[in-house]
Amino acid sequence: MEQLLNLFVKAVFIENMALQMFLGMCTFLAVSKKIETAIGLGVAVMVVQVITVPANNIIFNHLLREGALDWLGMPELSLQFLGFLCYIGVIAAIVQILEMFLDKYVPALYNALGVFLPLITVNCAILGSTLLMVERDYSFPESVAFGLGSGFGWALAIVALAGIREKLKYSDVPEGLRGLGITFITVGLMSLGFMSLSGVSL
Amino acid sequence: MSSVKQILLTPLFENNPIALQILGVCSALAVTTQLSVTLVMCIALTTVTAFSNLFISMIRNQMPSSIRIIVQMTIIASLVIAVDQFLQAFAYEISKNLSVFVGLIITNCIVMGRAEAFAMKNPPVLSFLDGIGNGMGYSLVLIVVASIRELFGSGSLLGFQILPLIENGGWYQANGLMLLSPSAFFIIGFFIWAVRSVKKDQVEAREFRMASQSTPDGAF
Repeated sequence: MEQLLNLFVKAVFIENMALQMFLGMCTFLAVSKKIETAIGLGVAVMVVQVITVPANNIIFNHLLREGALDWLGMPELSLQFLGFLCYIGVIAAIVQILEMFLDKYVPALYNALGVFLPLITVNCAILGSTLLMVERDYSFPESVAFGLGSGFGWALAIVALAGIREKLKYSDVPEGLRGLGITFITVGLMSLGFMSLSGVSL
Repeated sequence: MSSVKQILLTPLFENNPIALQILGVCSALAVTTQLSVTLVMCIALTTVTAFSNLFISMIRNQMPSSIRIIVQMTIIASLVIAVDQFLQAFAYEISKNLSVFVGLIITNCIVMGRAEAFAMKNPPVLSFLDGIGNGMGYSLVLIVVASIRELFGSGSLLGFQILPLIENGGWYQANGLMLLSPSAFFIIGFFIWAVRSVKKDQVEAREFRMASQSTPDGAF
């Protein structure tokens, strides 16, 4: 349990998806102008992460890795080269199912998340954490903790950035830096801030 | 002929995928600590973009539009698998260095963006060239960022020592910040500033304008 908690904290602060690993940058920069939309997208990413990372963990451990197909009488078979195709398929399918499920049973949340759900399929934070999970060979409980942590960390970062950008629009920024340029520099400063947490461990 | 040249050259400065369209930023930041790794990443991305554009454009008239995203994803993922296997076979060290970022080419918005915006409407050969052009636009930014980071961060370029370090009896004190993540954001921020100072039309409009200041005598 302690180890899982440690993994969660590490994924939120030390290896923050957006600020330290640079994943999901496109949406991170494009959808961070308002706090409300940032919260919506952050929650959506978190939900999808918690489901897809463990789902891909099961697929990797029971279908793709070397020796996983022992029960079919093919102990030497390794389907790892099919990894990318499977993971992206699982992510796209889960996002689609989640969208239909929310539309039917939780319409309020569906309307709040709205356009962000389909966008998430191509968010590299999602595929990135699945690939990191495979690379680091996490067990199933670890993958749940990692998925939750990385999603929460990303949500935290985008909400913080949206908060700063809402204030930033009142400042007098040099012409060429206006908009995208100053956002990059702000994110750089935030990333410096998060680096100071790198010594934290439980 | 002029249109071919245009397709190849506009993505470099006028419509740069990273600086203007904010596409594919993630990998631009993460793989730029060493120039050699960056070059491999650029070649990988350009290859994938060019060929995915070519194949998608070839079947664009047969593809029902309701499932086009899935078809595009499958084509892109297969190409990335090919590139990844190639790197693991012939450049294992570099492929270890790139870690998850080769796989992340699948979700790199440049590839999807060009497939959707250009390859779906244009013939195969032009689409192929458009893929190469956008790959080069991406490579340009990455190579600039990587050169700055490697030169000032460890005093070398492509592994050759350019600025002799103090540890080895030289005069240059390596700037450790350049190798850490925040520097990548700063460098791209300043790069955008530089591009927009030259190309004034890319400057974004103000979201909020301050009221003009009142004159001192208006206060009384």
